[in-house]
Amino acid sequence: MEQYKLSVASSPHASSPVGTKNLMRDVLIALVPALVMGVWVFGPRALTMTLVSVLFCEIFEYGYCKLMHKPIPCGDLSAAITGVLLVFVCPVTIPYWMVIIGDFFAIVIVKQLFGGLGTNFLNPALAGRAFLMLSYPVPMTTWVAPGKANWVSMGSVGADITTGATPLSVDFMKSGILPQVNGADASLADMFIGNIGGCVGEVSAIALLIGGIYMIAKGVIRIRIPAAYILTVAVLTLLFSRAPEGVSSVTWMLYEIFGGGLFLGAFFMATDYVTSPNTPKGEIIFGVGAGLLVVFIRYFGGYPEGVCYSILVMNICVWLIDKYTMPKRYGVTAEMRKAEKEKAKAAKKAAKEGSEA
Amino acid sequence: MKQMFYGGVHPAEHKEATEHKPIQQLAKAPAQVVIPMSMHIGAPCKPVVKKGDTVMIGQLIGETAGLGAPIHASVSGTVAAVEPRPGTGGVPTMSIVIDNDFQNTISPDCKPRENVDALTPQEIIDIIRDAGCTGMGGAGFPTHVKISSAVGKADTIIVNGAECEPYITADHRLMLEHGEKIIGGVRFIMKALQLPHAYIGIEDNKMNAVENLKKLVGDAKDITVQALHTRYPQGAEKQLIQAITRREVPPGKLPADVGCCVFNAATVAAVYDAVALGMPLVQRVTTVTGSAVNNPVNLIAPLGTSFAHLIEEAGGFKGTPARVIGGGPMMGFAQYDMSVTMGKASNCVLCLSKEDLPATSENPTCIRCARCVNVCPVHLTPVYMNMFAAERRWSEAEEYRLMDCMECGSCQYICPARIPLVQQFRTAKFAIRQQAAKK
Repeated sequence: MEQYKLSVASSPHASSPVGTKNLMRDVLIALVPALVMGVWVFGPRALTMTLVSVLFCEIFEYGYCKLMHKPIPCGDLSAAITGVLLVFVCPVTIPYWMVIIGDFFAIVIVKQLFGGLGTNFLNPALAGRAFLMLSYPVPMTTWVAPGKANWVSMGSVGADITTGATPLSVDFMKSGILPQVNGADASLADMFIGNIGGCVGEVSAIALLIGGIYMIAKGVIRIRIPAAYILTVAVLTLLFSRAPEGVSSVTWMLYEIFGGGLFLGAFFMATDYVTSPNTPKGEIIFGVGAGLLVVFIRYFGGYPEGVCYSILVMNICVWLIDKYTMPKRYGVTAEMRKAEKEKAKAAKKAAKEGSEA
Repeated sequence: MKQMFYGGVHPAEHKEATEHKPIQQLAKAPAQVVIPMSMHIGAPCKPVVKKGDTVMIGQLIGETAGLGAPIHASVSGTVAAVEPRPGTGGVPTMSIVIDNDFQNTISPDCKPRENVDALTPQEIIDIIRDAGCTGMGGAGFPTHVKISSAVGKADTIIVNGAECEPYITADHRLMLEHGEKIIGGVRFIMKALQLPHAYIGIEDNKMNAVENLKKLVGDAKDITVQALHTRYPQGAEKQLIQAITRREVPPGKLPADVGCCVFNAATVAAVYDAVALGMPLVQRVTTVTGSAVNNPVNLIAPLGTSFAHLIEEAGGFKGTPARVIGGGPMMGFAQYDMSVTMGKASNCVLCLSKEDLPATSENPTCIRCARCVNVCPVHLTPVYMNMFAAERRWSEAEEYRLMDCMECGSCQYICPARIPLVQQFRTAKFAIRQQAAKK
């Protein structure tokens, strides 16, 4: 038989067609509906901001790796996701240079300094937002009302833009007034479709839901974190309703979960692979914990919106959660575990008595 | 209801190339067979023939030394050599080389048994032992040891017809064409274990095999043919037990400890040959397939036939082969020498072209996506095991239950970052075992 050059390797000799890049691309595809709604509500500036942010995220990542002589990871698209998400959690009115500073903080400080893809312990986009929020609190909380006016003022932000309250502005949260759109109460439909003020990517609950369902259907994310997160917020805001008179507590609950960045956070931020738990039980705990924090911050905190910080705080707990939620050992029943524990206890006791004697 | 085990993956099946092709005899018998003395778990057999001896098909040529199963000549002819030859495991193995005289003289001891119904359980076990039956699905555990250790302990017999590895159709065709051997063999095993009932578990991508066996069982209540939801690694002993009985075999324990006893479909057919026909295990069905052979086939071939000969029978290589695997793509061994020969557990010779090799990455980066955690059938966290193993932190890797890993490859298959997890775990296990041996 002819001689061929055969390769040998450890099994398995098959691999799933889905690679890291495919997963990242699917996340980007899932973000498209929310981007479309953002542009529709806030005008073309939402799009240019997103493009600038993606571009600079990739540049920072490439530059850092080049500088540090690390393998160039560009092409895995993870920096692009960070770029899109960072703009999605900022108001459309902030200047471009501010976006670029946020990109720098997210990619270089939060992601690359901690080892790059897979080893950062905070969600880069949210950490970038938190940094901008601390540095430029006023521009970061200047909102524009939705409407056609935004389409006229392409490129720069002029005085003609009507600033309006975001649904979860202090008034809405603290004194139980329904969110306002152009001088009137926002309807639930407005909240659901996205005809409200707020950050670029968070306004349209339905667009985010479509993206989330796409990712779950394609197996990119698992349903546990978003379900646990949203359900926790829903249950708490239903039980402890702050609905103004004439508004039922169920309606109030819907305002709470459609408002703010809850859907964006639940489907796209909390499910970030790197900064979420790996164990099934851990994912539930993570979601519930973030949900609790959101309600605490909204109800008792100084910030109008709690999604960003709730996820960042839970990010820090991920390794601890994973450690204590290891899946149960295959084939080991409760009785066996109990017997094992008792045996260990007995051995400890015996050792103690032995040392005393 | 279709039954499931925990976790697992569903790789592309690729079975269409051979699943409709009947089992063929070899077009040309091999001129020489090389029969390794170690085709089973346990100690290698001791050769009882020497160079120049004349042997007949079915004649004993290797006897057990400790745990094992005897080995018989698979062709008639002259012993050409008794020496180490390359083995499918990657290391040279003591082998008996027989030059085929093409006469196919069968040993006079091998003749159909009359009055098989009168055999006692112990007699059946003895026949199975003398016929050299072993597990033919991969591990190669001696069948008689399995039966005798399970007598009185087991309450459930399961026949493993899952064949969950992609590409392989040897068991599928066997169940379709020789269903009566499977049914007959199970009944012998039921008698040996003195149990009134057995399951045959088959994945639902082989419904024609399920129908065929159901038809053969007919109204009899002693055998249940169970269709299983197709998922890898269904054919792993513990996973099959979980799918059929819902029982989980604890780590370090044997299936008999939860009252189960699992036999591969091909093994069961071999038991039938041994008990009813008096023929020891000297040949088996194997699938020669993959994108790098011209004419994928299911062949019945004498043990000791070289891979090169089997590939010739399948029309030779198509284009340039990139990898030849003994066994399936998920757990098989990549071979570098085509003179290695098939043994009792060789159910497949898989030839892959370059396009079908698994995706690899020069710089694999874990993104903590936890897909490995979600597919691991034994509830491990490969992401952390890999992290510790990569840093040679063996004791921590052990705490994360590295030693429970059965190397099924599901985690590596699903890994989007293409991390060579199984290789990492094998290295770590080896190091941990060495460390433990030193103490």
